[in-house]
Amino acid sequence: MSEPTSTNTPKPSSSVKLVLLGEAAVGKSSLVLRFVNNDFQENKEPTIGAAFLTQKCSLPTRTIKFEIWDTAGQERFASLAPMYYRNAQAALVVYDMTKPSSLTKAKHWVAELQRQASPGIVIALVGNKLDLTNEGSNEAAGESTPAEGGEDEATNDENQAEEATPGDARKVSTQEANAYAEEENLLFFETSAKTGVNVAEVFTAIANAIPESSLKTGRGAGTGQATLGGGRPAEDTRVNLGERAAATPKEGCAC
Amino acid sequence: MDRHVQGQASSGDNGDDPKNNPTGPHPGIYSTKCNSQDPSVSSEEQRPPLPPRPNTLNLLDERQTAQSNLQAKATTAVSLTEIESQQIPDTVPNRGLPETLRARTSLSQIGSSKASETGDSMSIRSSIPNTDVGEVENVFNDFIATEPGAVHQDSTGLLLFPEFRADDVEDDFVSEFESVGEVDEHGENEELILERWKAKKKHYLILSAAGKPIWTRHGDGGLISTYIGVIQTIISFYEDAKDPLSSFTAGDTKFLVLTKGPLYLVAISQLLESDNQLRLQLEALYMQILSTLTLPSLTHLFSVRPSTDLKRPLQGTESLLSTLADSFTKGSPTTLLSALECLKIRKAHRQTISNALLKAKVNSLLYGLVVAGGRLVSVVRPKKHSLHPGDLQLLFNMIFEAEGVKAGGGESWIPVCLPGFNSTGYLYMYVSFLDLRDETSNAPDEDTTKEESVAIILISTNKESFFELQEMRNTLVEQLEKTKSIKIIKAAVDKGRPNTTDIVPGTVLHHFLYKSKANVQFTMSSFDPDFSSISRRRRLMSTYNNLHTSIHAKHTHVKVHYCVSQSATSFAWVTPMFELYCVSGPNANRNALAQSASKIVQWVQKEEERLFIIGGAIF
Repeated sequence: MSEPTSTNTPKPSSSVKLVLLGEAAVGKSSLVLRFVNNDFQENKEPTIGAAFLTQKCSLPTRTIKFEIWDTAGQERFASLAPMYYRNAQAALVVYDMTKPSSLTKAKHWVAELQRQASPGIVIALVGNKLDLTNEGSNEAAGESTPAEGGEDEATNDENQAEEATPGDARKVSTQEANAYAEEENLLFFETSAKTGVNVAEVFTAIANAIPESSLKTGRGAGTGQATLGGGRPAEDTRVNLGERAAATPKEGCAC
Repeated sequence: MDRHVQGQASSGDNGDDPKNNPTGPHPGIYSTKCNSQDPSVSSEEQRPPLPPRPNTLNLLDERQTAQSNLQAKATTAVSLTEIESQQIPDTVPNRGLPETLRARTSLSQIGSSKASETGDSMSIRSSIPNTDVGEVENVFNDFIATEPGAVHQDSTGLLLFPEFRADDVEDDFVSEFESVGEVDEHGENEELILERWKAKKKHYLILSAAGKPIWTRHGDGGLISTYIGVIQTIISFYEDAKDPLSSFTAGDTKFLVLTKGPLYLVAISQLLESDNQLRLQLEALYMQILSTLTLPSLTHLFSVRPSTDLKRPLQGTESLLSTLADSFTKGSPTTLLSALECLKIRKAHRQTISNALLKAKVNSLLYGLVVAGGRLVSVVRPKKHSLHPGDLQLLFNMIFEAEGVKAGGGESWIPVCLPGFNSTGYLYMYVSFLDLRDETSNAPDEDTTKEESVAIILISTNKESFFELQEMRNTLVEQLEKTKSIKIIKAAVDKGRPNTTDIVPGTVLHHFLYKSKANVQFTMSSFDPDFSSISRRRRLMSTYNNLHTSIHAKHTHVKVHYCVSQSATSFAWVTPMFELYCVSGPNANRNALAQSASKIVQWVQKEEERLFIIGGAIF
């Protein structure tokens, strides 16, 4: 895909294999499309099979090249999923916050990943379609875990309020999903692929969460120069990134 | 083999319908139907009357006779008296398109309102493939005398008028493809929605033998569940009697039923399509379902639980079925001719691309294709496996018509069953679109139309071979860029299909379809400017459907078919090597038309290696 837009100093670059899983029509492809092309398509046709995309994500100290497997959510493709999450360093398990059954499905995926995928896999639980809820494009919604959740439903300006549905279509509360995410030690975000809220943040947080040890260095780039601490990300890093990305979502990653 | 009965259900696969009097014209003859009586074509010369028709015809088809009275008499360049003598066999609604025509029937049918006795001589002569202009002219000598009468009408009418009543949809044909909407919570708008549903010219329904709706082109299962129930009852009634229902006609609506194992596929059409054409369409929809599920898993689902709701396993492929169905409704030369179209490029250029494919080939590759907007550019395949047009039609529909693959924005890896190749298992397909715009630009092209997008399709039997094929794609693209092949493809795509006047300057022909039988490929002229609009194009395709049906009617030995009507003059020519169908304005000179047709054939044969992939690259 595109060459890195950050042409300043050459940073160490490593590729991260990421897989998106979740029920059909929760917005997996839309999240990817927003992340990769900063684009959104209403009524997008269902993905068939799986799509493979790449996108670079520029962190302060290094560049992460995401190799993204955007899988189809239909049940008949479920048997192919192992092919995509095998060796994956990260997974985005997506549910639709207006559809409780999709969270159930997401939990199944998380369980399967924890059972079958590589042990160090970083899993992010993502509730999509925030634009359909009262919080709308509220930027505060969906902090990265295990930070505080549950304050989201407390008012919030609907700054870009051009929502089709004035009512609140939310069926899955932030607390519920957040509690589950905390329990399972997952990153947690609530996003809107339509408005772009929190989308870049998800990927940035994942990039930061990848243990240094599991990073394979991309071709040409040096090894082990990243100065960020390994293992699970330090709290401050995440917060920082969140703020930065929220301010300039398009710069957060090389979209 | 279907029997065609008006106004009542016909059942059974019995082709030996006693009603088909072998010596008389079939009641369903329609193809000579023309919509108006043209005063300018009064008799130039008296022709001998045709042999008397059996009177039983009238009895067979009271409805049709009645209906015919509503329509204008046939226009031909033959003679008015003859037209009148043809009243009876002519009085058949457009919908007919019989399949059980006997040879003699069909010949006299041709004679009936068009070519008269020349039909015979034509068919004999042209059965010897030839491209010799002189001989073709000979074939049409008989017509010359009748020509002048027809010429002096200004020929503005190229399918300006609906050639067939069913196509009288100039303004609302676009709405054919619009959604009927959804019934609201309280069901208040149900009538309106049903109204819209009923206004559709074409319906496809797929249901299980147990009566569960699986897919419908228009409306959702809830809206039309009663209709599903009715159709299931009718079908199973005949099924129980071991005399399966295959088609019936009510008014000007044709119902066609295809039973495939646990599935019933139903087409309901008010457009001009024959049983056979509709059946091919249903077969293609069935192939699409197989392509999603494979035959064994489809069979398994229903053997375990006959009441299986197939909607779930098919989830996400509704749009594939819909785009496929819509391509039929719009009119698909690929389906009509059961053939594929290629992008026209020089033989050497195609060779270069094929060589690049062969050079880049990896071990796990089964088929490799470069395709531009549904037109084949190059193919590589193993020696022992050929490609099936039906399979490729499904792939092209998925890749170029449906949005699912392209909208993903990346490379795709798709498990797909190609029923023509092997209906029992999946193959794995790598798809990547070429960026034809500026080579330095890396952004995905959002403005390219379907016609313009170029895809590399690599198919493997190994589901793990994505990265291997991705590597192959990169090597291939590198090679294509090095050999400037991408530019060549782009230029060919930009150039589009030729106009008939590019091929034969000043020709009366406005459009043609040419099928090379040996290559199972076709080529055609541009739809622009005459047939750019969707309704005009539909009329053109109806005209082709009509020609195709007439010339392929069972037991006929017609080789040339010439048809004059108010809005167009059309011509079909079939030899063991090719099929040519062409359309010109309503009052085209026959000689000119025949000459042009002949020149088209010469042109195609001269350009054969550019227009078609002959042999293809084999490994």
